[in-house]
Amino acid sequence: MDKAFAARRRRDLIIAAVLAGLAALAPLLIKDVYVQNILILTLMYAALSQSWNILSGYCGQISLGHALYFGIGAYTTELLFTKFGVLPWFGMLAGGVIAAIIAMGLGYPFFRLRGHYFVIATIVIAEIGLLLFQNWEWAGAAMGITVPVRGDSWLKFQFMRSKLPYFYFALVLCSLAWFVTWWLEDSKWGFWWRAVKDNPEAAESLGVVVFNSKMGAAAVSAFLVAIGGAFYAQFLAYIDPESVMGFQFSLLMALPAVLGGIGTLWGPVLGAAILIPMTELTRSYIGGSGRGVDLIVYGALIVAISLALPRGLVSLFSRSKAKGATR
Amino acid sequence: MTALLETRGVWQRFGGLIANSDVSISVGRGEIVGLIGPNGAGKSTLFNLIAGVLPPTQGSIWFDGEDVTNMPAAERCQRGVGRTFQVGKSFETMTVIDNVIVGALVRNTVMREARRKAHKVLEFTGLAARADVLASDLVPAEKRRLEVARALATEPKLLLLDEVLTGLTPTEAQTGVALVRKVRDAGITVLMVEHVMEIVMPLVDRAIVLDLGKVLVEGKPSDVVRDPKVISAYLGDRHAVGA
Repeated sequence: MDKAFAARRRRDLIIAAVLAGLAALAPLLIKDVYVQNILILTLMYAALSQSWNILSGYCGQISLGHALYFGIGAYTTELLFTKFGVLPWFGMLAGGVIAAIIAMGLGYPFFRLRGHYFVIATIVIAEIGLLLFQNWEWAGAAMGITVPVRGDSWLKFQFMRSKLPYFYFALVLCSLAWFVTWWLEDSKWGFWWRAVKDNPEAAESLGVVVFNSKMGAAAVSAFLVAIGGAFYAQFLAYIDPESVMGFQFSLLMALPAVLGGIGTLWGPVLGAAILIPMTELTRSYIGGSGRGVDLIVYGALIVAISLALPRGLVSLFSRSKAKGATR
Repeated sequence: MTALLETRGVWQRFGGLIANSDVSISVGRGEIVGLIGPNGAGKSTLFNLIAGVLPPTQGSIWFDGEDVTNMPAAERCQRGVGRTFQVGKSFETMTVIDNVIVGALVRNTVMREARRKAHKVLEFTGLAARADVLASDLVPAEKRRLEVARALATEPKLLLLDEVLTGLTPTEAQTGVALVRKVRDAGITVLMVEHVMEIVMPLVDRAIVLDLGKVLVEGKPSDVVRDPKVISAYLGDRHAVGA
């Protein structure tokens, strides 16, 4: 039995490595900048959703305020860069650490809330964050920050001529988020989180310190999302509060995981691979002229998939876990 | 040697309701003790106070020579208190083996060891064949056993069983009784709450009868069942319910 389990873990790792390898070769075939752009966004949202999934999927603390951490990553990086000349690589790490600290600071009061109340709190806090940045003069307020771009540089992580470096960074970030999840899944934390999600009272009786488990999940989740925010800021080379901290980011982190399979290893990647291209394509082909048809189509597809596969798209592939089950 | 578990003058009030009043009981090492009494006697409250779900309004609880009155449940588990729940609280989206691994992680930080320990416990509790089934797919009797398995995986010194034998078929109950004996033979002290006297009496070394929040009678099962106070408490309760 242990062998079967180890084999499944190894198989997941091999599949991931193969997929990452294939993805790395994709730019050889895909030269179209528009398509490359979609690939970059898909990889980024896969990474973000994977990170969101750690707190909300595994640990069961549904957050609709992760845009806050995304924005903090973006702002920390660009403020450090434009005001103090700190390289984005360090800014990125600083953003991750600050986001993790804020996530734990917020968790301290809010992890006492349960269910819907917790979700509402996360939305409200993210909106407050957005308002603060919109009014914070030193950080550019509603005008935002334009990143000074002076030619291609890995040191400053900015590129004008080609999008490929961003593509590869997004791929690395996505792989990292996946690998962290894979690694945590078979660790004490992973088990604690799932126990906390399923039944906190029973978890407590088995020696799980529920509060600390949630804090740990929040910190890891926020850290990775902030790295994504830093990346996005560099990618756009311009940020303002709405474009890095808007509510839509919270949704776009949650949706791929929910669609693909919440609390599963492959759900976020699978969900993002379908959802993000769909978002972009519906927007460019049937969107525009303010009619919102793209959003209607988009919404309808999500509803259809959710109704057909309530446990997410991964349930199409699941054969292993429920083996021998009575249904 | 001192008792493994002791409650000293424990009171629990919920608003105007007194669930436990001045309850002092003790459980010795290696014993199987039954905590019985009619519905509403305060058994579950006392049980939860011992497990650390909430602190008592007054009085103290001692475990293994240490005052644990205000210690949270997770810490008590680390000290050696294992428990099951009356209403099954298995981790429904996890497999049986994963449920038990959560318990095993208290004493084994290396995953491989925790997994091995969990398999051993499943073997012990007769659930080995169901290891890879989702907990939500178990039948009720198996869920009860999973509750016990999970608690055993934490390697408790004291196992608190909350009505694990209630509502089972006679055959299932007999298997359950055998398991409790096996647990005790493995050196674990057992305190079990039950309200069905027929099942517990042959199993326990000592019975403590609670009624209206107080200890009514305490002693050997054979003496307890003949005690007039106990008989009237049970029969009186039946009349009060209007059955």
